[in-house]
Amino acid sequence: MALTFTPAPAVLAPPDQAVLEIDELSVGFGPKGRERRVVENLSLTVRPGQVVALVGESGSGKSTTAHAALGLLPAGGRIVGGRITLGGHDVTNADDKAFRQHRGPLVGLVPQDPMVALNPTLRIGEQVAEAVRRRGVPKRSVAVEVSEVLERAGVDNPTVKARQYPHELSGGQRQRVLIAIALAGHPRLLVADEPTSALDATVQRRILDHLDRLVADSGTSLLLITHDLGIAVDRADHLVVMSEGRIVEQGRPAEIVAAPQHEYTQRLLDAAPGLGRIRRPAPVPPVDDVVLRFDGVSKEFTSRSGFGSRSRARVLDDVTLDVHRGRTLALVGESGSGKTTALRIAMGLERPTSGRVLFDGVDVASSDRRELRALRRRFQFVHQNPFAALDPKFSVRDLVAEPLESFRVGDRSSRTVAVTKLLDQVALPASYLGRRAAELSGGQRQRVAIARALALEPELLLLDEPVSALDVSVQAQILDLLVDLQSELGLTYVLVSHDLAVVAEVSHQLAVLDGGRIVESGPTQQVFDHPEHALTRALLAAVPGLKTEVGA
Amino acid sequence: MVQYTVRRVAQAIAVLWAAYTVTFVVLYALPSDPVSILLNQAGGTGRPSADQVAKIQAAYGFDDPIVVQYWHHLVDAFQLDFGQSVSRGQSVTSLLAENLPPTIALTAMALVLTTVIGGGLAFLATYVGWRPLRSFLHRLPAVGVSFPTFWVGLLLIQLFSFSLGWFPATGSSGVSSLVLPALTMSLPTSGILAQVLIRGLDDTLDQAHIATARAKGLSRFTIHTKHALKNASLPALTILGVLVGATVTNAVVAETVFSRLGIGRLAQQAVLAQDIPLVQGIVVLAAGVFVVVNLVVDLIYPLLDPRVLQHSSSRSLAPVEVAA
Amino acid sequence: MTLADVELVRFTPPAAERDGTSNRARQTAHALLRRPGFLIAVAYVVLVVLSAIVPRLFTSGDPTQTAPKDKFLAPSLSHLFGTDELGRDLFTRMVHGSALSIEATAISVGLAVVVGLTIGVVSGYAGGWADSLLMRFVDVLLAIPALLLALAIVTALGFGTVNVAIAVGVGLTPGFARVTRAEVLRVKTLPYVEAARSSGAGPLRVLRRHILPNSWGPVAVLAVLDFGTAILAVSSLSFLGFGAPPPEAEWGSLVAAGRTYLVTSPWLTLLPGLAVGAAVYALNHIGKTFEELQRWH
Repeated sequence: MALTFTPAPAVLAPPDQAVLEIDELSVGFGPKGRERRVVENLSLTVRPGQVVALVGESGSGKSTTAHAALGLLPAGGRIVGGRITLGGHDVTNADDKAFRQHRGPLVGLVPQDPMVALNPTLRIGEQVAEAVRRRGVPKRSVAVEVSEVLERAGVDNPTVKARQYPHELSGGQRQRVLIAIALAGHPRLLVADEPTSALDATVQRRILDHLDRLVADSGTSLLLITHDLGIAVDRADHLVVMSEGRIVEQGRPAEIVAAPQHEYTQRLLDAAPGLGRIRRPAPVPPVDDVVLRFDGVSKEFTSRSGFGSRSRARVLDDVTLDVHRGRTLALVGESGSGKTTALRIAMGLERPTSGRVLFDGVDVASSDRRELRALRRRFQFVHQNPFAALDPKFSVRDLVAEPLESFRVGDRSSRTVAVTKLLDQVALPASYLGRRAAELSGGQRQRVAIARALALEPELLLLDEPVSALDVSVQAQILDLLVDLQSELGLTYVLVSHDLAVVAEVSHQLAVLDGGRIVESGPTQQVFDHPEHALTRALLAAVPGLKTEVGA
Repeated sequence: MVQYTVRRVAQAIAVLWAAYTVTFVVLYALPSDPVSILLNQAGGTGRPSADQVAKIQAAYGFDDPIVVQYWHHLVDAFQLDFGQSVSRGQSVTSLLAENLPPTIALTAMALVLTTVIGGGLAFLATYVGWRPLRSFLHRLPAVGVSFPTFWVGLLLIQLFSFSLGWFPATGSSGVSSLVLPALTMSLPTSGILAQVLIRGLDDTLDQAHIATARAKGLSRFTIHTKHALKNASLPALTILGVLVGATVTNAVVAETVFSRLGIGRLAQQAVLAQDIPLVQGIVVLAAGVFVVVNLVVDLIYPLLDPRVLQHSSSRSLAPVEVAA
Repeated sequence: MTLADVELVRFTPPAAERDGTSNRARQTAHALLRRPGFLIAVAYVVLVVLSAIVPRLFTSGDPTQTAPKDKFLAPSLSHLFGTDELGRDLFTRMVHGSALSIEATAISVGLAVVVGLTIGVVSGYAGGWADSLLMRFVDVLLAIPALLLALAIVTALGFGTVNVAIAVGVGLTPGFARVTRAEVLRVKTLPYVEAARSSGAGPLRVLRRHILPNSWGPVAVLAVLDFGTAILAVSSLSFLGFGAPPPEAEWGSLVAAGRTYLVTSPWLTLLPGLAVGAAVYALNHIGKTFEELQRWH
């Protein structure tokens, strides 16, 4: 795959028939007659050799469409209208037995989450071999074919890996095994359902590149399901944008980016980081004093294994950092880089093995419980996953008021007034006071979590991947909110993220962590323009959409 | 691995010792007056004479402080000596040895039936496609665990001995006398096993790797046996100890209902006679069986589930993709 | 289908129904009312408990009234469950027997809940050495099959309904402690508990407001299921002859008494047992239904 974006060839439709043809498809869940339609009147064609991307946010019905095409709708799901034709066969009402004939030779699936998509109790080789055998390959050549297909999918040491179990492989390697399984049947169409969203950005990119190359070489068609408009634009010949079960727009990616026809596509484009959004100029910091200082912080975890041996893992290694008042410091790194641990140490949730964390001159790490409690009025924490960070039994009012109650601030009625004001600050109407977290959307929940963090009027907010669990369009809104609150209230942020695109939006300073060490740090703009470390460059290159910007 | 084995064995011994201690506390320290229980039982009617009391006290060491008594009992128990049965005038160990063979035969047969019935039911309940039958089979195990064992035994006697005359109603001779009591004992445990397996199978069949297997084009039967059943039976293995414990418990009732010789019947009679040493011997024996079964399961589990070794040896050191 | 899609399909209530707690409760109640099996089970359990409290509601007869000429009557309209060897009405004896049996069951479950819950909460929330100590103790109790432990306790305490109930309750306690501890541990590490703690909430507040309200579900389900287990265990012990002495009749001892006449009058054993089994099955069904509802919400 070329590094610059190449527009799709003008004439794509070859003379032969489409590999997949979906015609006015509707899919419903629930009892007959009262079903909820998840997909409505959807029509879509995938031609031989074509890469079609189906883009939409969670709940848009994109995955349901893909599963319907494979005959793998989850229990309760049913095709209630329309037609699906796979390689010329009408499979709309095919039962499992009939559908089975097509899975493998006609269509293969690269599933969503490589960590759970392989059988944990079977060796890799056997799981690939099952797919190979479906082609009627003679017994003695199965093993050879297995390592061949593993090698083609980019699994290193295929003969060794074939004898291993899934848990012995990294996420990226597992995803390659899954690609191998999907390719082993020599299908004419590959359906890839968010194939990399569970992986680190740099791994994500290499796997997608590899997948692109494989389908291009073998002439296989690819139906790529993704929530990430950047990925779709970079790789597809044909782009289909879905929202609430319907197609809102489809066409050539370059054209859609240049001139979106539908208002929803426009919104997605605006929200997609890196895709045409202009970087916000950094506000000038009011005063340049240090609020939070990491001073040679190291952290080791010892885990005692069931078999008696102790293993040590150094998660943070001599981290020294300054966070200035009124500014945002971003800690960036891939999973396992230690960035979240650093944040938890700053919060006093973990103790460092060595080093100090100074908040306004007081060492958080050596404070006892009472001192820490006093400090906690002044810095607060916003958790990564707003779906888990709010007690489901609490109303919004009680959630936001809880810090006030814990510190005995005001009485009941004055607290309710305070909560209303806080909700207003995060742009939630007062009518939400009585609702429960379960009744809110992800973005609304994160607003509630931010309101709760602001309740005690802290100086510093520690943000742990505050938008990673949210849809792209919602991400942008929450980031906007954070930036507004910062300038309004003079807040200081420490932001942990794996996503450089997010960081680019809000941070003034940037530190890149790798294996617990800071490998690069400096003003965000400077690091973006002149990345010094190889990891920083890899991370930057992996931001989807940047490719298009450069090439277009 | 060696270290793990040694540690598990040591743990098992510790649990067994603690279980012995619990039975000692319950049976010797809890009753305000074990002497009179024992006297009552040794055939004395009316008020025991001071002489009798003194004799019993000396024989059982009740005049020693409780800790000293405990120590003597523990030392004896280590040499498999659980004292004299009061009601039978025989050593507890020899009584247990005499009654063990028929109970082992019965328990073994009950466990085989449990596996066949429980496993088969779970497989069918999750494999059958027709919804009404499927939900009926899903509910069936709850029936097995709901009805009292003694009642099931009596029902089977009524049906298969009195009405049909296929099997003897009572006695402990021959294989045919084993069938009804073993079946009685296995129905509740089959229910437990089937419930655990059905839950395991349903959960496994919901997992993402099953979708991968289906997308390969494998048949339903292959997926069910090769991919689902194995993964679902591994957790079921951990309740083997519970199943064996329940089977031994059911033996008490089944042997009583079917008037068979065996440890279970012995237990019922020992309690009726308030024969403290004999009751203790039986309870410790049952705890020993439970501990040994769990020890064996723990030791073979890592061999069957490839993940266990990994998890415990390097929890936080999962392989990391090397960035290029 | 992505997880998020599934969630959306299953959990998003129609927009009009999204307000407030009362609606949530109403929805749950609605879901329950649409399950006839559940309603029948609840009705049966209520009848059984009522019969234990006010037996006169169900029968005007005297459970000890003998009528030699009416002995061994098969079930009929005048004698629903037939009569026994002394001509006593079996249905009346069953109804009056529930008082003893339900009382015993309530004592054992009550004991298990109070002690088990305390051990579980302390163990799970305090952690450290208190946790290890309590859990080792629980492990040891679990190593002795519950009914055999009960036999030992009955041997020590003597026979009778209350002693049998205590013995059964001790057997149920360790399982209860385990489940409670597991739930507390699960909830304790959830992000929202951490969030509450880092916003300054003290340990007692966290326990009272966050951990207990969110962990009682599975514990309650177990309590319902344990009611069934206790009924079975109590009736087994009374069948074996360790319960109340005659002429008092518990469910188990009724079956034991009828056993002698199994060949000629099978109803004397089969009907009482069937009634007991149905009660346990009903409790099982109720417990399972609650469990399913929790998994959905």
